[in-house]
Amino acid sequence: MSPITRYFKSLLLIELGQGLMVTLRYFFRPKFTINYPEEKTPKSNRFRGLHALRRYPNGEERCIACKLCEAVCPALAITIDSTQRDDGTRRTTRYDIDLFKCIYCGFCEESCPVDSIVETDILEYHFEERSESIMTKDKLLAIGDRFEESIAENRRQDAAYR
Amino acid sequence: MPETWLDQMIFMIILIGKILLIVVPLILAVAYYTYFERKVIGYMQIRRGPNRIGPLGLAQPFADVFKLLLKEIILPENANKFLFLLAPVLSLAPAFAAWAVVPFDDWAVLANIDAGLIYILAMSSLGVYGLIIAGWASNSKYAFLGALRSTAQMVSYEIAMGFALIGVLILAGTLNLSEIVMAQQGGIFDWFWLPLLPLFVIYIISGLAETNRAPFDVAEGESEIVAGFHVEYAGSGFAVFFLAEYANMILISALTALLFTGGWLSPFEGIPVIGDTILGEGSIFWFLGKTVIFMFVFLWVRATFPRYRYDQIMRLGWKVFIPITIFWVMVAAVISVFGLVVRGS
Repeated sequence: MSPITRYFKSLLLIELGQGLMVTLRYFFRPKFTINYPEEKTPKSNRFRGLHALRRYPNGEERCIACKLCEAVCPALAITIDSTQRDDGTRRTTRYDIDLFKCIYCGFCEESCPVDSIVETDILEYHFEERSESIMTKDKLLAIGDRFEESIAENRRQDAAYR
Repeated sequence: MPETWLDQMIFMIILIGKILLIVVPLILAVAYYTYFERKVIGYMQIRRGPNRIGPLGLAQPFADVFKLLLKEIILPENANKFLFLLAPVLSLAPAFAAWAVVPFDDWAVLANIDAGLIYILAMSSLGVYGLIIAGWASNSKYAFLGALRSTAQMVSYEIAMGFALIGVLILAGTLNLSEIVMAQQGGIFDWFWLPLLPLFVIYIISGLAETNRAPFDVAEGESEIVAGFHVEYAGSGFAVFFLAEYANMILISALTALLFTGGWLSPFEGIPVIGDTILGEGSIFWFLGKTVIFMFVFLWVRATFPRYRYDQIMRLGWKVFIPITIFWVMVAAVISVFGLVVRGS
């Protein structure tokens, strides 16, 4: 560009005008924003959210205290104690997940031989005290009972790829 | 003139009523201008802007105001207490006072004085003192730097702005704002923006610089000096600065509408069919509409351009604007002498 055209271009504010036109075009574009509590983005069936412990249809808990999840957990968020139950099976007496440590990698779910520990697609939860961040066995089982339907449905959709 | 004591009282009450009639809508306009700004900038960035509080987020300005007013006022250590508290008022008062001479319509003007334009210039120059004092009294290096920057900037751009106004008053032949508007009668092509096109553009750009708006907002310069002159202000002190800034923007928009685009005059004036209907008549709505358009331009520019570097601002002001305005003032004189623009045609 010769200095003369350059001079007139800047004097007549041509490039600034072009810039203004860009923003004016964007002004009328449909907006990307999603009004979150009312509208939500679609979630994958592989979404890794809050944890849950599942049960068999007959009500027996799946977990056999093999401690594979505890071993695989990269953040050392899982703590398990176990004992022998009266019927001779091995069961957990304690199954704690510290959600402050958990990185939601999903390794526990992958390692579980009986599909007991799973990550649900729940992402809207909070704690009001620090101690509430420890998910105990009771809490995890309660979540599993409550959301069994959606957990099972998500597993079913994804079964072909596992 | 009022004579007895009672007459004077009534005169005063009516006057105060008129002032309130201007100031209250102005404050509301400022509140909604902040909302408008967030919406416009949001839309230009393909966002929605505030929409949580009230329908369409329309109650947002009030939530902001209450938040600011309920906050603690913090006095920095070793700050000059008197000046620190005086500064926000000093920046707000001229921004409101200037509205005294702004004619909204043929008949709707608080003080129809002959030196209206000079008064406006004086008031808009006074605003910078609030800024300087705020920066100095805060006893903070960021605030001080911001104050220094804005002083130099506003002084530089005031010259270009003054010359732009000289062009207007050469063509209009008067300093009275109502008469300046009346001199532009005759439809959209008789307004002063056409013969004074360069001055019109320079006036708007200088207006941006005068009000410390993007892309001339080095006085605030978030990324360099945090928030510039008002960095030490919190709560209602900050709110007053905010109010002053937006009131100034509305003022500059209103002045652009008055001086260059025929104030309350209708753009359809003199056009055969439309010009005979109600659209052809001048009214306050034309004035407000034009003002809103220029207010939108302020936000539009802010959403578009990055901040100028400081030396570029100075170069633009002194080496580009002032020569152009001086040249065009002479052109305006030639136009006026040879009668190329017929006054009030």
